[in-house]
Amino acid sequence: MGPNRTYLLIAPAMLVIGIFMVLPLFLAVAYSFMTANPYGGVTAPATFDAYLQFLYQRDFDDSLVFSPSYALIILRSIYLAIATTLICLVLGLPVAWYIVCQTPERRRVLLFAVTLPFWINTLIRTYCWILILRDEGLANGALRHAGIISDPLPLLYNDGSILLGLVYTFLPFMVLPIYSTLERIDPRLIEAAHDLYASRAAVFRRIVWPLARPGALAGATLVFAPALGSFLAPDLLGGGKKLLIGSLIQMQFTSSRNWPFGAALSTVVTVVVLTVFVIRSRRAQEERR
Amino acid sequence: MSGAKPFDWRHTPGLSAYTALIFLFFYAPLLILVIYAFNSSRLVTVWAGFSFKWFVAVANNGSIRDAAFNSVIVAIVATIASTAIATAGALALERGRLRFGRSAATALIAMPLVVPEIVVAITTLIFFSGLGMHHGLVNLMIAHTVFCIPFALLPIQARLRDMGGTLEEAGRDLYADEWRLFRRVTLPLLIPAISAGAIMAFVVSLDDFLISMMVSSAGSTTLPVYIYGMMRLGVTPEVNAISTILLAVSIVFVAAALLVGRRNRFA
Repeated sequence: MGPNRTYLLIAPAMLVIGIFMVLPLFLAVAYSFMTANPYGGVTAPATFDAYLQFLYQRDFDDSLVFSPSYALIILRSIYLAIATTLICLVLGLPVAWYIVCQTPERRRVLLFAVTLPFWINTLIRTYCWILILRDEGLANGALRHAGIISDPLPLLYNDGSILLGLVYTFLPFMVLPIYSTLERIDPRLIEAAHDLYASRAAVFRRIVWPLARPGALAGATLVFAPALGSFLAPDLLGGGKKLLIGSLIQMQFTSSRNWPFGAALSTVVTVVVLTVFVIRSRRAQEERR
Repeated sequence: MSGAKPFDWRHTPGLSAYTALIFLFFYAPLLILVIYAFNSSRLVTVWAGFSFKWFVAVANNGSIRDAAFNSVIVAIVATIASTAIATAGALALERGRLRFGRSAATALIAMPLVVPEIVVAITTLIFFSGLGMHHGLVNLMIAHTVFCIPFALLPIQARLRDMGGTLEEAGRDLYADEWRLFRRVTLPLLIPAISAGAIMAFVVSLDDFLISMMVSSAGSTTLPVYIYGMMRLGVTPEVNAISTILLAVSIVFVAAALLVGRRNRFA
């Protein structure tokens, strides 16, 4: 295939994604420097107000007052995304290792079982936890039935339930990349280590983990990025009271009608996520050398 | 250590029980949803016998039918558009000579997978409103086509890489021109992968919530957006029933994609 035809074939994909995805990202950056229109959208003049809002609030007399509430939401989102990533790593690594140890036939079945949740609607997967965790839900019902509690425990609408929802949503993203790096493990390495009297712990530390690390790194990126901007878990399981960046951004375009602030928040999220991805691919390239 | 079992690194004590627990964690909540959907009681958590009545109620709900119709229309258009674009793109990436811009093209196509959904949702909203485009379903079709492209592309690209170029070279040796080569050799070999990619794109489009919620307008509500509205009002048997239907549709389609894709290897 000649170069002309090649570019002709790749052009539609690049044009569609370029125009309808990348261009809007830059448009959002532009919007973040505009003034909010109380009816939605933006107006002149250009200002830094949206970014000042991260740390300050404009008082009635137009003076800036320090108010860290939005900064705290951002920090809490980052903290929950990191916690999600670490929990997924701890939960997912043994599962990936277990699948690697199976026969090819069983591997295929187990891999399908890990992948399937990814294709099931996140809305519905998150909603399932409301059924389990709410006051009249399955967990409280079972505990009451067993006579352990008389009043329902507040299992929903806290950081714990958000974290649970995030881990539930993103755990497959951690298992799969770790699996695909561990799959290439050479069994002779492990057998040799055992012949040299290495304990199971030593085999894990010296052989399995170093091989799993690139996969874990890829998995961490794939979990952290969507967890940071997640909307459904904090909205449905956090009850909308415990805001995270995702729900805060969404609010700016619906009830709050502050498009520049929403655009500024989303610009910050994009920059953080793209930075994480760039660092990861640099690291991956270095490790390959 | 005489008498000890021979070392088997494939077996770690307790690991299979642990993995079973994780799979329980994945699937038990979904199973609970399905069971509740067949509960005849309006009080969701009190079991009062097996019943299809909530499914009947969902089927008779005009708003749900309208939303489902919108979802299917958008998904069909987005699937056709994204699969066509992705097939061309995969051919260019795997068979073409990209002297420059290969990594840029790969990065660009991966963008919908990398950028968080909420960011895609609001930037698309800003873009359409900035252009003054308020075309309801058309806006949704465009937005869905964009994020379906990488999902349609991955299986096609993988298939092109797996099958190598030998059959195409044989065709070229027999003086087939580029178009005939594509029609008679490459396309027939690619059909299973293209079908698998199309099914994946369809599922991803059908399931999308966040982007649809921000981009859709009053007349163009899709099914997940409508279900979300129902969920906000509380846990009801109808929500369980419609969620179970959507769950079943996803599982059936993904299993189909897997079966179609697997036929590949024997072709």
